[in-house]
Amino acid sequence: MTLSKIWVYAEATDGNVSNTTLELLTKARELASTVEAVFGGDGASVAATLGEYGATTVHATGDLGGVLQGVPVAAAIAAAVAGGAAPDAILFGTSYDGRDVAGRLSVALDRTVITNNVDLEEDGGALVCTEPVFGGATLVRTKFTGGGPNIVLVRPKSFAAEPAGGAPATVEALAVPDTGAAGAARVTNRFVEERSGPSLDDAAIVVSGGRGLGESDKFQMVEDLAKLLGAAPGASRAIVDAGWVPYSYQVGQTGKVVKPTVYIAAGISGATQHMVGMKGSKNIIAVNKDAEAPIFGVADLGIIGDVHKVLPKLIEALKARG
Amino acid sequence: MPISAKNDPMNIVVCAKQIPDPAEPGALDPQTKTLKRDGKLILDESDMYGVEMALQLAEAAGGGEVTLVSMAPDNKVDGLRSGLAMGAAKAVLVSDPALAGTDALGTAKVLAAAIGKVEGAQLVLTATESSDGYTGTVPEQVAAILGMPSITFAKSIEVRDGTVYVKRQTDAGYDEVECPLPCVVSVTAGVVEPRYPSFKGIMAAKSKPLDQLTLADAGIDAGSVGWAGGGQEIVGIEEAPAREAGEIFEDDGSGVDKIVAYLENLKIV
Repeated sequence: MTLSKIWVYAEATDGNVSNTTLELLTKARELASTVEAVFGGDGASVAATLGEYGATTVHATGDLGGVLQGVPVAAAIAAAVAGGAAPDAILFGTSYDGRDVAGRLSVALDRTVITNNVDLEEDGGALVCTEPVFGGATLVRTKFTGGGPNIVLVRPKSFAAEPAGGAPATVEALAVPDTGAAGAARVTNRFVEERSGPSLDDAAIVVSGGRGLGESDKFQMVEDLAKLLGAAPGASRAIVDAGWVPYSYQVGQTGKVVKPTVYIAAGISGATQHMVGMKGSKNIIAVNKDAEAPIFGVADLGIIGDVHKVLPKLIEALKARG
Repeated sequence: MPISAKNDPMNIVVCAKQIPDPAEPGALDPQTKTLKRDGKLILDESDMYGVEMALQLAEAAGGGEVTLVSMAPDNKVDGLRSGLAMGAAKAVLVSDPALAGTDALGTAKVLAAAIGKVEGAQLVLTATESSDGYTGTVPEQVAAILGMPSITFAKSIEVRDGTVYVKRQTDAGYDEVECPLPCVVSVTAGVVEPRYPSFKGIMAAKSKPLDQLTLADAGIDAGSVGWAGGGQEIVGIEEAPAREAGEIFEDDGSGVDKIVAYLENLKIV
C-alpha cells in the first residue's frame, strides 16, 4: 500500500536544485504513486531536474521578487489545499526556507509538523516518521493521527538521491494570495562568503575543529590538514559562536549534516548538537585530550591526546609523504 | 523626510524557553513519552542571545521594555529569573497541567497568546531553535498566529525608523533583509555576547513582575493543545543501532602513526 500523492517543497539556487530536494523526491517515489513538487520561483528553471527525479508536475509561484519564501509559499499551498488539491503529505528539507514554509503552513492548515526526521515509512495509509534524539542514541517513531496533509521536515542526507529518468515536470501556476503586512520581509542584497577547498556537502573527507583548539589562530592547523587531505574544513558550533570561523563551516544540528568517508574531529568533545551532524560518517577519527569526551563513543579511531601536539605532527608526517 | 536622531522607545518581547540543564543526561519518560523535565529548569542558552539583543536594541532605541514570555510545566520560573537578572523588565509565564505533550504548534499558540498580553510589542525575538527540542518551527508559527511578518536566522539586527534590518544566514553566506515593524525575528547563537547578570541584577530580578497564567487566563482552549491537540502519536522508542566500538588509544607519541596507518588502510594516503 502506498500514499496516493506527495508534494515535495523544492529549493534551488540559480536554477540548481538542492541535493536535499532530490533526496526527498527519491524517497517520495517509494512512498506514493504520484510525486509532485512545489516551488517558490520560476518553475521552468527547475522543471527538467525535478522531472528527472520523479516529479510529474511542479506547482510554481513564479518569481517572488525577493520576498522571503515562508509567507507567500505557505499561503499559496494552503489556498491550493483549500481548493481541493490536497496531497497526503508535504515533505520539506530542514533548511532555512524549508522550516519557514513548513511552520507557516502548519498554522494556516492547523496541522502539526513532525520535525528532524531521518526516515519515513508508510503504515496502513499513514506516514510514520523517525526522529533521532539525544544525539542519535535513541530513535523516536511518530505517526500522524490527524487529517492530511501531513507536514514533514526531513534532515538533509537522510536518503540517497537517485534519478528516475523522468521527463521534465509540467509547470503549473500556483497562485499566491494577498498576504498583506505578513509578507513584507524582503531580501535587498545577497552575499556569498568565499571558502576554499571542497564544500562540506560533497567532500569525501572532512576535518573539523572545536573548542579544544584553544584559540582562533589554531584553526589554521585544521585548514592546513584539510588542504593536505583534499578535505573540507568544518567546525563545531562552539567555535562558530565564538566567531573563529563563519557559520558556513558549522557541522551539526544547526549547520551542515555531513556523511563523508572520513571525518576527523580535532578538539571536539562531541556535544549532541555536533554529533547529529556527523554521526553518519563512514569512518570517524577523533583527537581529544579528555578521555571521557562523548566523541570517543562514536570514533572508530580515537587518540586521547593534545591536538596541539598531534595535529602538527600529523601535518608534518603527511607533508613528508609528499 | 525628517531624520530622527533617535528611534522611538520600543517594547520588545523575547520568547524564552526554560529547559533541563543540558549538562545532565536527558531521558524520555517511558509512560508519557515526553522529555523528563522534573528537575530544575534553566534559561536555554540559545535564548540568552535574544535577551541580550533585545536589551541592546531597546537601549539603542532610547528606551522601551523588554518582556520575556515562556511556557513551562509546574510554574517553573528559575530560567525566567535569569533573564530578568540580565535586565529584562518583566515576564509572562503560561503553565498548565493540560499543556503536557504539547507540540510546536500548540507551543506557538500559547506563546502568541502571551505575547498578545504585552502592551505595544513592536519586535518579538526568539532563538532559531531550542537546545532540547530543536524543532525550529516555533518562531515562524508564532509570527503566523500573530499575523506578523518574520525574518529567521538573523546574525545581526538593526532598527531604524520603524524598519528592522537583518543579515539573514544562508547556505552560501547571508542575505540582507528588511521589514517594517512589528516583526518576529529569530536570532542565531553568537549574534551578540550575552552579559552575565550582576549581583544587583540578580537581587532586582527577585522583585520584578512575573505574571503566571493558566490556559484559561491566556484564553486558549485546552483541546487545541496538549496530547489532544497534537495530531501525532509516538508509536516507538528504540535505541539506535550502536556504532561498532572503535579503538581508543592514549597518545604515547605514536598517535600520529596510528592515524596515518588508518588513512593508509582506507587508501586515503
